[in-house]
Amino acid sequence: MTSVADQQTPAQAAAGRVADDDGTTTAAPVTFGKALTAALSDAMDSDEGVVVFGEDVGPLGGVFRITDGLTDRFGEQRCFDTPLAEAGIMGMAVGMAMNGMRPVVEMQFDAFAYPAFEQVVSHVAKMHNRTKGKVKLPIVIRIPYAGGIGGVEHHCDSSESYYVHTPGLTVLAPATVADAYTMLRDAIDSDDPVVFLEPKKMYWSKDAVDLKALETARRDPEVASGIGKAVVAREGTDATLIAYGPSVPTALAAADVAASEGRSLQVVDVRSLVPFDDETVAAAVRTTGRAVVIAEAPGFASVASEIVARVQERCFHSLAAPVRRVVGFDTPFPAPKLEHYYLPSVDRILDAVDDLQWED
Amino acid sequence: MSSSTAEESARSEAAMLPSPTPVQLINERGVAVDNDTETAAKYPMPSPEALMRAYDKLVTGRRVNDQAGALVRQGKMAVYPSSHGQEACQVAAALCLDAQDWLFPTYRDTVAVMTRDVDPVEVMVLLRGDWHSGYDPIEHKVATQSTPLATQLLHAVGVAHAAKLKGEDSVVVAMCGDGASSEGDFHEALNFAAVFHVPVVFFVQNNQYAISVPLSHQSVAPSLAHKAIGYGMPGERVDGNDLAGVLSVLGTAVQRARDGGGPTLVEAHTYRMQSHTNADDATRYRTDAEVAEWAPKDPLVRMKKYLTDAAVLTDEAEAAIGDDAERVAATLRDGLNSEVSVDPDDLFKYVYSEPTPQLNEQAAMLRDELSREGE
Ligand SMILES: Cc1ncc(C[n+]2csc(CCOP(=O)(O)OP(=O)(O)O)c2C)c(N)n1
Ligand SMILES: [Mg+2]
Repeated sequence: MTSVADQQTPAQAAAGRVADDDGTTTAAPVTFGKALTAALSDAMDSDEGVVVFGEDVGPLGGVFRITDGLTDRFGEQRCFDTPLAEAGIMGMAVGMAMNGMRPVVEMQFDAFAYPAFEQVVSHVAKMHNRTKGKVKLPIVIRIPYAGGIGGVEHHCDSSESYYVHTPGLTVLAPATVADAYTMLRDAIDSDDPVVFLEPKKMYWSKDAVDLKALETARRDPEVASGIGKAVVAREGTDATLIAYGPSVPTALAAADVAASEGRSLQVVDVRSLVPFDDETVAAAVRTTGRAVVIAEAPGFASVASEIVARVQERCFHSLAAPVRRVVGFDTPFPAPKLEHYYLPSVDRILDAVDDLQWED
Repeated sequence: MSSSTAEESARSEAAMLPSPTPVQLINERGVAVDNDTETAAKYPMPSPEALMRAYDKLVTGRRVNDQAGALVRQGKMAVYPSSHGQEACQVAAALCLDAQDWLFPTYRDTVAVMTRDVDPVEVMVLLRGDWHSGYDPIEHKVATQSTPLATQLLHAVGVAHAAKLKGEDSVVVAMCGDGASSEGDFHEALNFAAVFHVPVVFFVQNNQYAISVPLSHQSVAPSLAHKAIGYGMPGERVDGNDLAGVLSVLGTAVQRARDGGGPTLVEAHTYRMQSHTNADDATRYRTDAEVAEWAPKDPLVRMKKYLTDAAVLTDEAEAAIGDDAERVAATLRDGLNSEVSVDPDDLFKYVYSEPTPQLNEQAAMLRDELSREGE
């Protein structure tokens, strides 16, 4: 797995990550998964209304161990297993939120969130609008998502398009250890419902991040929420790669290879799919005049197509070539042995970059 | 209501309730249980031939579970949810069916699918990871192994409903776990089946856990079988480690469905002896002592004892049964050790009856990419 340890985003710097002059960090390496656990734990510490529930999130600590230790530490009232029913989990979260709590629910895998879809679309997303803001639903729906782990069917879906297409939902997809922490805290603090997509192949990726410093920095009212903010994850001058979630490390790896071949690629980490940061993305593309959007989900009517449309609308006169996409095929997610054909790869990204009309 | 109709409805309600304790024909010591005449009439002991045939499959089933576990450890399979300890349920679910009947299995029911004579290597295609399903569901009348919990129960109702409309003499056995009984689809499937009065037997293997979550967190009903009366169908519970008992209870329910008696819910009490899958660590949520309590209830041990005591199972027969199991294990090893070639074109071929223009374009792009890689 590609390490993103040497990439320091402005947001990370602002959030207080300590970097020495030579770029090395003093904090101990922490995994993406542990950063999420810390975010849950710190949020539960700071607000008694935060409750965590779902399937196997109690004593087991979740199948990916993201809720590890929470039941021990906060008791069965605050972190608990439900009967096995996703619509039940989501519907109960709605009621608990209506009665003043801040539920954080876990859907065990992307494709197992589908039984909850009606609750999400018809109630979670619409309650605020239906009641003209009288009822707020500060629910966080955590979803381990996407592929790259050799999972069998129903365990690797990139389901973000269903959610971003549903007005009323905030949709986040962090790609760094620091963002795993800060954006989950932002999500829990948000008064709107948030679909929080955790790229499951990144749970074990590590970065030297000082979580305590991030937690302290959050108490400063000047530190803005990451919701609605994209970041430039790597500076570059020739073309811009726009990615989110599991595709960010692939984009960074492609930029590394391109650099060794003499081409300087900028990488934008979208982080927040809804609301979308038009400003940062368009500004980045204007500096290079070329862009490739990368995502794992099938490309048809997807987040990637939305990004292309928005960039084209805003940057038309700065573009030297049409914006390209490197996305999942319009097929169901394949079985483990075919997965590598499907996933956006460094080579496929570099092919797309080569296609950006460089001849003049 | 006149008193006689009141009595009648009380009787029919009572008939929908499960037995006071799980039905058992052969106990943990391998001794035939002396059941009351009513129970004995409803759930007769299968013939020695039927028991021998089932025992043969039972031994093979255990061997398949062990072999698959080994193949996962060797990296030959992506994942294996073992039914170790539940083989009596697996075998009976397949053997209670005739050729024209249907089986709807889950991810854990690999042994049941193989017991219905589906090629073992084809069955493992899903878990080996080269496609989502390896056998032909229509040919075998075995649906694809279902992972989205409880969803397959509604498909089973649909197959049964179509069979009824078409005048076919088929019965459907639909399998799920204790955890899956909490899903909304479970409720909808049982209600549909009862309302349409279709020939489905819902077979819940209550192995006490849904990954880490014990039954007590799923339901506080007296038993899962008690849910049946709420839908207006009979429910029954059976010792799921007693092969004779499961064969008999499922046999009675299947016959009832075949005779136009409608659906039944059968709950088998059993135990998942191993972790949920190789990726799980059961020691995080249950004690060794609890697992040890279930070890002596093993379905193989008691069948062997019973059949040996009855002088049906001879040393030669036991040896032949062992050979059968080894043959299947060898087939699995050979099949899974041989390199499978996957065809990237398959990604695009089966999304629709005919690939769309866009899929053809994407297939061409991938072929071009691969041909350049080969250069
Ligand atoms: C709709 C849905 N939600 C969650 C899962 C993830 N999951 C797979 S198996 C399982 C536990 C199922 O328990 P049970 O029904 O008792 O069957 P068992 O595994 O014990 O055979 C869970 C939660 C799933 N497959 N489908
Ligand atoms: Mg179970």
